Amino acid sequence: MEALDLARWQFGITTVYHFIFVPLTIGLSLLVAIMQTRAVFSKDPVRKDAWTRMTKFFGSMLIVNFGIGIATGIVQEFQFGMNWSEYSRFIGDVFGAPLALEGLAAFFVESVFLGLWIFGWGKMPEKIHLLTIWAVALATTASAYFIVAANSFMQHPVGATLNPETGRAELDPSQGSLLAVLTNVTTLAAFPHVVSGAWLVAGAFLTGVAAWHMVRHHNRARELGLETEEGQEQHLAARDLYRPTVRFGVLAMCVAAVVLVISGDFQAQIMFKQQPMKMASAEALCETETGASFSILSVGGPQAFAQDCEDVTHLIEVPYVTSFLATHTFDATLQGVDDLNAQYKDQFGATATDIHGNEVELDYRPNLFVTYWSFRLMMGLAAFSGILALWTLWVTRGKGENARTTGSKLFQWFAVLAIPMPFFANAAGWVFTEIGRQPWVVHPNPDDPTIRLMTMQGVSSHPGWMVLTSLVAFTLVYAVLAVIWFGMMRKAALKGVPLAKRDPETDELDTPTLSFDY
Amino acid sequence: MDAMLDPTVLQTLWFALIAFFFLGYFVLEGFDFGVQMNVATFWRRGIGTRGTILKTIGPVWDGNEVWVITGGALMFAAFPEWYATLFSGFYLALLLLLLVLIVRVCAFKWRDKVDSDRWKNSWDVVHVIGGFAPALLWGVAFGNIVAGVAIDENRWVTTSLLGLLNPFALLAGVVFVLLFWLHGTHYLALKVEGRLREDANRLAGILVWPTIVAGAAFLLWFQLAHSNTWFTLIPVAVAALALIAAVPLHRRRREGLAFGATTTAIAAAVITLFGGLFPYVMPATNDPANSLTVANASSTEHTLTVMLVALCLFLPLVIGYTIWAYRVFRHRVSDEDSPAPGAELLEKAKQGYREAFEQG
Repeated sequence: MEALDLARWQFGITTVYHFIFVPLTIGLSLLVAIMQTRAVFSKDPVRKDAWTRMTKFFGSMLIVNFGIGIATGIVQEFQFGMNWSEYSRFIGDVFGAPLALEGLAAFFVESVFLGLWIFGWGKMPEKIHLLTIWAVALATTASAYFIVAANSFMQHPVGATLNPETGRAELDPSQGSLLAVLTNVTTLAAFPHVVSGAWLVAGAFLTGVAAWHMVRHHNRARELGLETEEGQEQHLAARDLYRPTVRFGVLAMCVAAVVLVISGDFQAQIMFKQQPMKMASAEALCETETGASFSILSVGGPQAFAQDCEDVTHLIEVPYVTSFLATHTFDATLQGVDDLNAQYKDQFGATATDIHGNEVELDYRPNLFVTYWSFRLMMGLAAFSGILALWTLWVTRGKGENARTTGSKLFQWFAVLAIPMPFFANAAGWVFTEIGRQPWVVHPNPDDPTIRLMTMQGVSSHPGWMVLTSLVAFTLVYAVLAVIWFGMMRKAALKGVPLAKRDPETDELDTPTLSFDY
Repeated sequence: MDAMLDPTVLQTLWFALIAFFFLGYFVLEGFDFGVQMNVATFWRRGIGTRGTILKTIGPVWDGNEVWVITGGALMFAAFPEWYATLFSGFYLALLLLLLVLIVRVCAFKWRDKVDSDRWKNSWDVVHVIGGFAPALLWGVAFGNIVAGVAIDENRWVTTSLLGLLNPFALLAGVVFVLLFWLHGTHYLALKVEGRLREDANRLAGILVWPTIVAGAAFLLWFQLAHSNTWFTLIPVAVAALALIAAVPLHRRRREGLAFGATTTAIAAAVITLFGGLFPYVMPATNDPANSLTVANASSTEHTLTVMLVALCLFLPLVIGYTIWAYRVFRHRVSDEDSPAPGAELLEKAKQGYREAFEQG
């Protein structure tokens, strides 16, 4: 493989890996902040106790996860310069700004306030301590905003013009400059989608982990007998401690689902305009069609793994849906992959020069197999979260004394199985959006296509072995860290919450302080 | 040629701001590196004491590291050509640095998450590497930046990894290690109590001498061979005076002032390097015309203006809450804060006794 392919693989691997941890950090920091708020403001001692314990429980997992997210984030920033130096030269004037803003406005806040939150308990008033986790939660979300804004410039450049002398993109006040970059319509659509994706991850995580313990305590209570003191203790742990958390996770998932669907719909519509090739390849729409069908299952011969339309057969289709997704009308005409390819060859040329000055034949079609399936995987995996949410609501129905918990092993295992699914859906969504943009690294804006760069023109001039070295090194180190991370998260999750005890004399709960072992 | 050596006011200001972020990084993260190095120095005191040592930087190292992350991003925004040439050109050195920085973060976050001696010992080894290796690598990197490397007409660095390991850059690496080690030892003396505090002061008394010798040799070499101005003699003198002043300070247990002395020395060293580098950012040793300069590597005046506004909005806030965080954690840390293994057992035994006694 050449340096270009290796650099692409490295970027893909390190980014997908980074984005395992990031959505959990973004979502969980918010949910932990809400739980701590409930702990601080609850008047009812039972609830206060439960939310304090849960804040501590999920807080310690948040810390484990935060670390690896930060560590893998540094690589992302360095990697643009290391492997994509020509891209960085081309775009730095514009692209560097949101990255720098992320550091200044978000990353400093996250890091400093995370330290204050972890170590600050008892060193400041309770409510100030609560504000520190809110600062972390808002800063992680702001981080996502700036990164999505930077990415959106690669999807749909705005606020800048091409300087013909230097051949570089430059922020342009007459185009709205940085403000236009930050309010790019692509950003406004992608940001809620990314953040609600993070909420879904964290909601499913909360529900899955808490449900596992709820079932465990429910069954333990029945084993011991509800009339015994120990049995009651277990029963209360299931009902008053874990059940509210389980349902809180479901609430987060529901809110996430609503935002995901609305923002996803909006995104699809603008993507059909901004990058018709990406959406056509998502549907494996080879020929231009009016009233295009949505394909549920398409298969292809070996050629379809690459970019060949000849081999694709649509097996199951729902009529008109794709046209509806694109424009909210049933009879829209959508261009197919092959027509777009021919059109782009006319517009942007059939060949281009790479960084070494060689003429390269161009094919403007992204990898159909990857775009088609990653798009379906992203949406299909959401079904797990839907089932989890509905099932949970059913088994935990009722209020007050009648509030139900469940002892179903099947539910317990499904809840755990559903935890990783939103992670995969997030990864699939990013793979789709980034592979779908190929062969461009900066996709031309259809309104003014002067700012554009092909991926092969953005790579650094490195020998293959050098990029291979870093690819192997990162993959190995990341693999080891992933194993350790998983082991620690699993251990922390299985540990559960130490159960509340009542002082026999005063009848008060032994609510713990919010310190973290670090 | 002349135009490329004649930066505008705004470009010059941004060069100074990039220098300021590296200054902040080396002053702040410098003592974190030094404290981590001291995990090795006090290795035989056991896991509990090593935990105490690390706890002195526990709440602050993360914020300190952001100085380089933001500094790097600002370099990307303000000097894209510098960023692109530097990061692609120092590929393998940066790869090593990144790998160390990654595992180092995990060491901080994960060390105390599992209650096992083997686990903590392993992460303590990572801490030691995480202290020495980045200091050395940053030194080598900066040695090469200020001395220059071979750059072709595409602005691609052609010096190989072995070429980066030249005597001047290696000396820079050694100086960075010694300076941060001393700085971290001063910080440790400032933040702990009892025997550890005494020993940290004694260690500082030993470390200061090789630091003065190596630091003076490096800065004079730089001044004579690579600096573009005689004005950098001023910060060189300040750095030397600050280090010499540290000698009586830790003898008298004036830890705050001693820490201030190494802070001054590091700041002066960074000012020397950046000041002597100006108006270049990456001098080309093969052909001066290929050099990257403040004038020819920067973004447009418009981008620099926009980013300056953003910086003026956010930097005061950053400095404000960073100072607040340091105030919250201003107290000394003692061994009791991170109990030695076994202390927990004792606590449990006491509690069991209490319960049994009360029930009886």
